[in-house]
Amino acid sequence: MIYKETGQFKSTYESDHSIFPLIQDKIAFNILMLVAFLVVPFFIDSYWEKAILIPFLIYSMAAIGLNILTGYCGQVSLGTGGFMAVGAFATYKIMTFFPDLNIMIIVLLSGVITAFVGILFGLPSLRIKGFYLAVATLASQFFIIWLFNKVPWFYNYSDTGQITVSERTMFGVAVTGANAPPYATYLFCLILVVVLGFAAKNMIRSKIGRSWMAIRDMDIAAEIIGVPPLKTKLSAFAISSFYIGIAGSLYFAVYLGALEVTESFDIMAISFPVLFMIIIGGLGSMLGSFLGAAFIVLLPIFLKNVMVDLIGLSAVTAKHFEITIWGLLMVVFLILEPHGLARLWSIAKEKLRKWPFPY
Amino acid sequence: MSVELLNFIETVINGLMSGIMYSLVALGFVLIFKASGVFNFAQGVFALFAALTLVGFQTGQVPFSHLINELFGTNFHNWYPSLHSFFAIILTIITMIVLAWLIEKLVLKHLVNQEPIILFMATIGLAFVLEGVGDLMWGSDVKVLDVGIPSGGSEWLEKTTIGWASEGSEYYGMYIDVLNVWATIIAVILVTALALFSQYTKTGRALRAVADDHQAALSVGISLRSIWVLVWAISGFIAMVAGIMWGTESGVQFSLSLIALKALPVLILGGFTSIPGAIIGGLLIGLGEKLAEIYIGGLLDIGAIENWFAYFMALVFLLFRPQGLFGDKIIERV
Repeated sequence: MIYKETGQFKSTYESDHSIFPLIQDKIAFNILMLVAFLVVPFFIDSYWEKAILIPFLIYSMAAIGLNILTGYCGQVSLGTGGFMAVGAFATYKIMTFFPDLNIMIIVLLSGVITAFVGILFGLPSLRIKGFYLAVATLASQFFIIWLFNKVPWFYNYSDTGQITVSERTMFGVAVTGANAPPYATYLFCLILVVVLGFAAKNMIRSKIGRSWMAIRDMDIAAEIIGVPPLKTKLSAFAISSFYIGIAGSLYFAVYLGALEVTESFDIMAISFPVLFMIIIGGLGSMLGSFLGAAFIVLLPIFLKNVMVDLIGLSAVTAKHFEITIWGLLMVVFLILEPHGLARLWSIAKEKLRKWPFPY
Repeated sequence: MSVELLNFIETVINGLMSGIMYSLVALGFVLIFKASGVFNFAQGVFALFAALTLVGFQTGQVPFSHLINELFGTNFHNWYPSLHSFFAIILTIITMIVLAWLIEKLVLKHLVNQEPIILFMATIGLAFVLEGVGDLMWGSDVKVLDVGIPSGGSEWLEKTTIGWASEGSEYYGMYIDVLNVWATIIAVILVTALALFSQYTKTGRALRAVADDHQAALSVGISLRSIWVLVWAISGFIAMVAGIMWGTESGVQFSLSLIALKALPVLILGGFTSIPGAIIGGLLIGLGEKLAEIYIGGLLDIGAIENWFAYFMALVFLLFRPQGLFGDKIIERV
């Protein structure tokens, strides 16, 4: 009843190609944007900022990046942590070299640098496929982490090996550093995610996205119909790394503020969770990237609240339970809905069309 | 002989033997991949779980004692003071068989015909579950594992080799861990047994048939599911052996599960589908890693290149042979 598409006619090609073909979707999305931009900033406190919203936005960004590579172009990558580390360290180095540069430009530049690194580590994909490639991307993960750990130039010869962000402002308000107000960091991340999210969505709907999908579905066939594998695969690596690099940059500059490379960008801390996000959210789905990120951010908070505060287990035992439940959910989810949350959402929409009179 | 040459020989021997330890883990991967096409990321956690269970049985720990004590305020820890290693190992093997059966029943059965990446993610989930359950059952403190395998340097070898160096040079003999020698012997026995089993028994033939072609095997009346249980049980057994070896060397703790990451380059180097590949890949990786650590790492004055060198080496091999050294040739059709 509420969600019906009858009577919505498309009379121009533009309207047929719009991102949200249904008026209900468009309205819902606009309301969501209005709330996100105009309501949330007034009510956000630092718990919501640091525990939920900022991680959600940053992980969404990383998930979009990995989804472009794995979900749309079919190249499984386990090196997400490494690429995020590149973004973070690029931000740090640019900040030291150009103290006056605007933070927005720094973040975008870090993305560009990561894109080049991504192209470099994407080169083996032209020859290696499938799981062999997945393991090969682990090489980039381990190499990058090792490099940032062992070469002191990257962390400016600090004694602890940590990198620390310095304060940067936009329009006179600090967005990085300890004094940044929650609404500023939130809006900063939100703007980047929304703008780049739209960019990704439109890339996927255009020629470059279609060639990614052709390569994913069958690379030899794609090559025969004229999709150049070299250009396509490397562009997927570049753009995916750009997004992941920006996620890493935000992770360092806005979210953590100070970090140590081995623990922050470990394969278990970043690479697998992000891969899990896109699988639980839905491979090859923009919405899925966001849903997966939300799921991964909220689940540990929920579990911790239930087990430590409600049942009263000790933190260590609760942690073990959390790992177990985490794994169980992963397996159960893959068994019940291998296409992820995005698929559940489209099933729900199907149901809503007929509600309340299914025939 | 000059001291340099002797040091080189020592490095080579140690490298080859640490490679055997990687092969032990890679072997389990290969078996499962061949028989069910599943890239089993949980193999490392299998080893951890087996080692934890073994220690638990040896010391007579009550499973889930931490949890029970915490929930009900009770205080009990052990059934019995200790159990002979032999019986503990038998009990652990039974546990791993039950585990294999459960995995088939609860996970694999429902994921037949899914894409490989979905199966791969499922095994990551499995790894989390096993890790959590292992910790809940037996506690997460570092445990000492001793099943009577000797470890430490061999004095005999040190004394013998001192005489080999040329007169007047400072040389203190070769250091070779006895544990690694035992690992080599056990690996040889294991591989021989596996080869004999798959060549000369009926079940072994069925195993090879399934590895060759699932559908053809099904059509001649081989039960895929029982073969899967069998393969996962064998992999569980191999994981236990690997767990004993690694656990004796460095104690039973969470980091044991990370040996899976050590075994991955061995796998892609040797090829996912080849048992000899796992062994030779392990030898090559072990050798390359040790030589690189000492000669390249020493040259550049940067440590810990072990972490990524194995991957780098495997990558270079892959550029020439994308299916690994011994993997099945990848044939693509449109």
